[in-house]
Amino acid sequence: MNGKGTVESMDSADLGSDDGSTADARPAETHAPASRERTPTRAPETRAPETHDQDAADGHRVSLKSLRAFYGDSEAVKGVDLEFEPNRVTAMIGPSGCGKSTLVRCINRMHEEIPGARAEGEVLLDEQDVYAAKVDVVAVRRSIGMVFQKPNPVPTMSIFDNVASGVRLSGKRSGDLKEVVERSLRGAGLWEEVKDRLGEAGLGLSGGQQQRLCIARTIAVQPEVIIMDEPCSALDPVATLKVEELISELKRRYTIILVTHNMQQAARIADRTAFMLTGEMVEFADTEKIFTNPDDERTEDYVTGKFG
Amino acid sequence: MSALVGVSARRKRTDRLGRGLLLLATLIALVPLLAVLYTLIQKGGGAISTSFFTTDPNGRFFGDPGGVKSAIVGTTLMVALAAALAVPFGIGVALYMVEYGKGTRFASVVRYFVDVMTGVPSVVFGLFIYILLVVTKVGGGFTAWKGSVALALLMLPVVTRSAEVVLLLVPDALRETALALGSPRWKVILRIVLPTALPGLVTGSLLAVARAAGETAPLLFTAFGLSNTSLNLGNQMNSLPIQIFNDVQKAQDRLVERAWGAALTLVVMILVLTLVARLIQRRSSTA
Repeated sequence: MNGKGTVESMDSADLGSDDGSTADARPAETHAPASRERTPTRAPETRAPETHDQDAADGHRVSLKSLRAFYGDSEAVKGVDLEFEPNRVTAMIGPSGCGKSTLVRCINRMHEEIPGARAEGEVLLDEQDVYAAKVDVVAVRRSIGMVFQKPNPVPTMSIFDNVASGVRLSGKRSGDLKEVVERSLRGAGLWEEVKDRLGEAGLGLSGGQQQRLCIARTIAVQPEVIIMDEPCSALDPVATLKVEELISELKRRYTIILVTHNMQQAARIADRTAFMLTGEMVEFADTEKIFTNPDDERTEDYVTGKFG
Repeated sequence: MSALVGVSARRKRTDRLGRGLLLLATLIALVPLLAVLYTLIQKGGGAISTSFFTTDPNGRFFGDPGGVKSAIVGTTLMVALAAALAVPFGIGVALYMVEYGKGTRFASVVRYFVDVMTGVPSVVFGLFIYILLVVTKVGGGFTAWKGSVALALLMLPVVTRSAEVVLLLVPDALRETALALGSPRWKVILRIVLPTALPGLVTGSLLAVARAAGETAPLLFTAFGLSNTSLNLGNQMNSLPIQIFNDVQKAQDRLVERAWGAALTLVVMILVLTLVARLIQRRSSTA
């Protein structure tokens, strides 16, 4: 049941510096290049004392190799190759039904939970194929966290229990639960708002707070990659802004895969953007290039609002 | 502007007629219900006294015929054992159908048979246990636990179907969330699905219990009857339906009155159970 053991970190030194995308201009974004020099094996919760930025950590690389996904006989993802780089936000955009949600659900093997659904091809977390025969699917999901479209705190649980649930459910005890909960809530930017009412029901929070609670729950498990499937589509603009700020914060620690319907959102916070259409990957490039000077005509039509 | 003002006379008439018919149907449906309650209280109310609940039927031809203590104890014990058998199995079957067998042919076959079982008359279950356990003298002839088994068979489809409906109401998003957090499926079921569905599961089980408590036929062939209070499930045991069944055929008015009193007691017991079920359901919907 040890997910960490099967996963080896790749050296991410080849990534180079910031590529000057719009998101990196945010004041909150202080990349810590020193953190990249840390040992490749990432032990959970070992902080890097040599960096001034305590929260930074190496993310992990996710590569898709001719990934195909099916619902019964219909093919929803038609052979996609894609690289999600460590400590970057990669946005998946495209019209409804283009397969972007299906694609990301293949990464943490949630796709196969739907009756009749299956996937082919490889999904490499660093160098480990998550679809390899010996891989424990539960361990995969611990390593690759997911935030869903609708905020979905467990209705029977308090705020505290909701955050702790990830740790409890995955049986991954890591020290003091209270400390984990506080750290996760701080990480999700929610601690100050809820610290005095941790015992109250998670459903009593506002939609935006609920979504940040779900993010706190996800990072409590200490994943290596976080998938966000349209995390803001059920939120108002103010709550959306907060979650977007949080995402830009989180990429210092994690690799972030963001599915979004909202092109402006991709433009605001993604470093790289992939455009999908009818199950195929049309174009994958730096966000700025996708939105200003795409190679493919279909990409241009989509980002300029000619369809979708 | 004028088109917006005023409702045509015809529409008003139709509306009034429709509402009137529905109200009438409701009132007619209420009549037998209220009549049953009224008769029960009128005929059985006189039998109710402290000794009615504290003494056993004594079989005396003259004078005080005794109360129905043994029947109340017997019904409670046998139904409790039946529930202990049927509820875990029923919820287990429902969990299988919803959590593991979803969409499989096997699950739909099971669901079909459960539906058929819901419609099987209770006398058939009684007869089945009679042939299977009583005639073969497994652990004695007529015994209370065999009555419980017959009641459990009767409850099983009710528990299963109500549990299945409640489990289906648990949003898939919750299961997905827990799975995506890296939780094994059994933990998702124990920690997320069951607690969320709990009030509904309790309600469904209580309603099944209420149904079983009033059944006569399964007990007639299995637990039979015994006037004395018995706590031994390996023995014959009295029960309220059997007591009513026996008393009401007697010539003495005192015994017939005891039958009415026992019927009233049974109805009140079931009413209380149903009320509890309702309360649990309401508490969960406001939470």
